[in-house]
Amino acid sequence: MRIHFKTSYNDDIRLFEDRFTALKYAVLLAFAIALPFLLGDFYLGEATNVLIWAIAGLGLMLLTGQTGQVSLGHAAFLALGAYSNLILLDKGVPFIISFPLAGIITGVVGTIIAIPALRLHGIYLAIATMTISILADDIIVLTEPWTGGVVGMFPPTIDIFGFEIERWSQPDRFYYLVLITTVICTLFYRNLLRAPLGRAFAAVRDSEVSAAAMGVHISRTKMTAFGISCAITGLAGALMGYFSGMVNNETFTVVISIQLLMMIVIGGLGTIHGAFFGAFVVAFLPQGLSIAKDWFGSSSVAIPGLETGVFGMILILFILFEPGGIYGRWVKTRIWLELFPFARKDMFKRQKSYLKTERLR
Amino acid sequence: MSLLEIKNATLKFGGVTAVDDLSFSVEEGEVYAIVGPNGAGKSTVFNLISRFYDPFAGSIHFDGHDLLKSPPERVADFGIARTFQNIELFDNASVLQNLLVGRHRHRQTNMLQEMLFTPKARREEIAHREAVEEVIDFLDLQPYRNKLIAGLPYGVRKVVELARALASGPKMLLLDEPASGLSVEETQDLRWWIDDIRKQMGITVLMVEHDMGLVSGVCDRVLALADGAKLAEGTPAEVQSNPAVIEAYLGVGAA
Repeated sequence: MRIHFKTSYNDDIRLFEDRFTALKYAVLLAFAIALPFLLGDFYLGEATNVLIWAIAGLGLMLLTGQTGQVSLGHAAFLALGAYSNLILLDKGVPFIISFPLAGIITGVVGTIIAIPALRLHGIYLAIATMTISILADDIIVLTEPWTGGVVGMFPPTIDIFGFEIERWSQPDRFYYLVLITTVICTLFYRNLLRAPLGRAFAAVRDSEVSAAAMGVHISRTKMTAFGISCAITGLAGALMGYFSGMVNNETFTVVISIQLLMMIVIGGLGTIHGAFFGAFVVAFLPQGLSIAKDWFGSSSVAIPGLETGVFGMILILFILFEPGGIYGRWVKTRIWLELFPFARKDMFKRQKSYLKTERLR
Repeated sequence: MSLLEIKNATLKFGGVTAVDDLSFSVEEGEVYAIVGPNGAGKSTVFNLISRFYDPFAGSIHFDGHDLLKSPPERVADFGIARTFQNIELFDNASVLQNLLVGRHRHRQTNMLQEMLFTPKARREEIAHREAVEEVIDFLDLQPYRNKLIAGLPYGVRKVVELARALASGPKMLLLDEPASGLSVEETQDLRWWIDDIRKQMGITVLMVEHDMGLVSGVCDRVLALADGAKLAEGTPAEVQSNPAVIEAYLGVGAA
């Protein structure tokens, strides 16, 4: 156990709890920067995939984990991000502008979509947002002149002031682009958490009635959450477009939405770490399964639904045995190790919460 | 002019009249209590002031503002803070974070400044924390500062809710049954706190309370409600000896 002796308010506000924590993350970042020198092209591609999923996960985490608004529509926002980036590039806008603009466009559209969705809670909100995912497919086909419909669009080589990034021949450059985006998104997320807006998100999640009584504008806060969440997701979508090398109406299906939601639950709802842990599971599960199939000697036989089935089972196990997700398990393990051998069995049992004031609206 | 003025407020749920043509006013700097049997409409009056319900008729004015013209979020901006009968804290956040949400009405920064955590955001954040720390000091919450609400005992949660309301720096505090579920000592602490809130901080207190010991100890004036209508108003002693009040609590012939 490290004891923190706080002598100023800055001690409470700063990004990292103490120097040791800062050092840990510095080592992690150094490792991430050194990764292209350590891995081959294939595994570097996988690492890039993990980071892209993690960005998308951060986006949904902000909305679902932080603000408590479940969304199954985020595949549509991934698509919107990918397409707005590609269409802007098509019109001759340079990448350095089109990429952030894709995020902003997605954020604005997300905010607008949030207005009718504000009246819904829980499962109803999930169903309503799922329709956006399903509609996205048709909208992409219907707007064929811009989106290329079922033929799709092919991302051109990224060009930042003459510095070229070609996803296939220069995977290391593309990896760095994704890494920079990840770090910036994570930093923004972390900053929000230590500012009034982040606390307002948590307030809306835990009790709308008292949040309103404390002067938190409920609908505006939810719209902001949708906006920021969709903007981050849009950036991830643009990167995903490059990563897959081609986007059409079937790239971002409703299954992606469900995977995203499962990912943040498995990773650990409401935590930044959760988005990253979940991304590892989502990105490596298909590879892990095909390796496992090789072991069982059935590599040539395709088993339909195997991936979804295994994924669903993992999700159920997590909800039953570790609702805190991988990150929750990690925190418990860490505390157990820190206290060793004095950890007690029921240390993490929480008291059930008391009766809530009847819902007023 | 009174700080809070409610005139002829009426609210009906279906066929039930929860608040029936109720008028009363709270002066600046006083402690005012609303008492009455269960279902008399005490909490409903609070919810009217918080703008969770729209009255059918009547008017509510606070500090020169027409409350009925503003949405619930604006009520806090005018300087009204409240607690809830069944404790409405943010369970998955620490005590400190709960109190910081209380500071939300003083937020000066916008989304972008917070995302980039500009020096202004940092200055604001430190100012919020200073204000919250004073409240923590005042209510002796230091041992719980970084604890999650989900693990705290009932009595402490009650105090945290009071602290959150105080952290917003209100002109008027609405306390919905602050002493319910508290032990004798805790109630005694609460009594001193309410006294200090009024005398040191100059905050007007409007509370709903069943504990007549607490009410007669700290309150200047008491309003007795039954079936949503005013039964009696006056000093605690006057109201307690009022025949109509005794009848509402104990039935006819008891006095």
